[in-house]
Amino acid sequence: MGSSKAVTSDTQSPPRRLARSRTDRMLGGVCGGVARATGLDPLVVRVAVLALTAAGGTGVLLYALAWVFLPEDGDGAGPSHRSRDAGEILAVGSIVLGVILLIRSSGLWFGDALVWPALLAGVGLAVIWRQTGAEGRPSLSDVVDLRSRRAALARVGVGVVLVVSGVGAFLAASDAFSAVRQGILASAAIVGGLALITGPFWIRMGRDLADERRQRIRSEERAEVAAHLHDSVLQTLALIQRNADDPRAVVTMARRQERELRGWLFEHDQLQADAQTLAAALARAGEEVEGLHGVNIDVVAVGDLPLDDRARALVAAAREAMVNAAKWSGDDTVSVYAEVREGEASVFVRDWGRGFDLDAVAADRHGVRESIVDRMARHGGKAVVRSTPGEGTEVELRL
Amino acid sequence: MKPRVFLVDDHELFRSGVRAELGDAVDVVGEASEVDAAVEMILERRPEVVLLDVHLPDGGGRAVVQRVVPQAPEVRFLALSVSDAAEDVIGVIRAGARGYVTKTISGPELADAIRRVAEGDVVFSRRLAGFVLDAFAASPGPSADPELDQLTAREQEVLRLIARGYPYKAIAKELVISARTVETHVSSVLHKLQLSNRHDLTRWAAERRLI
Repeated sequence: MGSSKAVTSDTQSPPRRLARSRTDRMLGGVCGGVARATGLDPLVVRVAVLALTAAGGTGVLLYALAWVFLPEDGDGAGPSHRSRDAGEILAVGSIVLGVILLIRSSGLWFGDALVWPALLAGVGLAVIWRQTGAEGRPSLSDVVDLRSRRAALARVGVGVVLVVSGVGAFLAASDAFSAVRQGILASAAIVGGLALITGPFWIRMGRDLADERRQRIRSEERAEVAAHLHDSVLQTLALIQRNADDPRAVVTMARRQERELRGWLFEHDQLQADAQTLAAALARAGEEVEGLHGVNIDVVAVGDLPLDDRARALVAAAREAMVNAAKWSGDDTVSVYAEVREGEASVFVRDWGRGFDLDAVAADRHGVRESIVDRMARHGGKAVVRSTPGEGTEVELRL
Repeated sequence: MKPRVFLVDDHELFRSGVRAELGDAVDVVGEASEVDAAVEMILERRPEVVLLDVHLPDGGGRAVVQRVVPQAPEVRFLALSVSDAAEDVIGVIRAGARGYVTKTISGPELADAIRRVAEGDVVFSRRLAGFVLDAFAASPGPSADPELDQLTAREQEVLRLIARGYPYKAIAKELVISARTVETHVSSVLHKLQLSNRHDLTRWAAERRLI
């Protein structure tokens, strides 16, 4: 049953909380874990479990319970945890029940009055232990995720109920109940009194804890902002200082940083996702070309449409036009205007640079012809290039 | 004659940057960093053009326009913004600003925009032209004043060319009209933008996110 998992060294700072051992295991690592937590020799623990098994199957029962409920070493409170629990509890639970019933029918049995209450109490205790173990290092996600907190409380509650009913059933079955009733009542009175007396203290402690958590969340948020500013803005400022004698590089860096910070502040995750619309894809293409060629590319869009293959071709052609303008026009600003009207999308890429004489361009200059004109034609659109020497160039794309 | 300019911006660094960039092109008569002080000093010094940051604490640039215009209608406002959020831009224009430019504008361009606003012209950035086209694009539905609620075909052409990056002179050449006529069309668009009651104009601006 014990599947061999990746072995990690736990020689350094052995964890003190009760957990199944990854390194010292025969089956599920339960005995190894218990031995480590208690300081006993693993062999002693194993022999004890075997002895208990011989004495009515309790050993098997306890082992199985521990297997299910004890976390494994280094098994953080990951998200996969809970879903794994459900299936495993069912599986191992039914096996345990089967084994118990087998042992019961074989006659090796302490008697119903002892085993069933012990089983209940054992399950309850295991649930509670496991919970406190997992709470050992509360992380931010524990605090924020209300559901998991509620689930944790519920688990502890279930555990307490199981233990109490297990003990209760045992006492009732063994006829000792009437004798201890007085004692239990007295204890309950003492506990209740203690709770009343120390209540305010617990409440205050709870409130302090909540405060502390809130502050921790706040300081983590601040740390996130600081980290981001450090990674981006401060780095860029340092680069700008180093490149102070290269105005074009400085402008490019400042613009890129501005865009990035703006995206982070106002759009947050939106920027991470791939562009889904024509306007977003054009804006992104503009940013790329701007970064590569050090000119300002200013994209204005009116209307929008989802990014399909044809729109992608349009963006690719527009990008090529931007690159041409950035490389050859000599102008430091390229204006890109996109408009979607009545199902037709048009993109204009305009510069006011040196321009060229269309007739003088040799027919074998492939850049414009293939990447822009032909691409548009393939997708059922068209491209028009207008240019006048000295008055810049405009590429008009329609789809 | 140099236009007399007043700066309103809550960032000291930005004000000094603008002052340095404008240099001798304009006559900076004062500056303020908050709404109350700005209103008081503008009313006292009566500049021709107020360069106004859209984002100010306590009501923003819009509040300054709304409080100055009733008492000093001759003062003209040119809005400057880093945000490009339609809501802010349309808001300050509707309050009465004569133009809008982004803060990344170059020094000479800014000086030119100020001069034009001082002369009574309107300054539309490419972005603002795009916003207006977008806002008026939707079918207007029933409207009390179609004159005011729709752009003429010519106005749309002019706006589209502005959005494509054409200066007024090039627009005039492209449409074979005079630069003055281009100016008239743009003023008329501004007028509609300020006075139109199209309810969807405001809603559109509110829904429109940053580009």
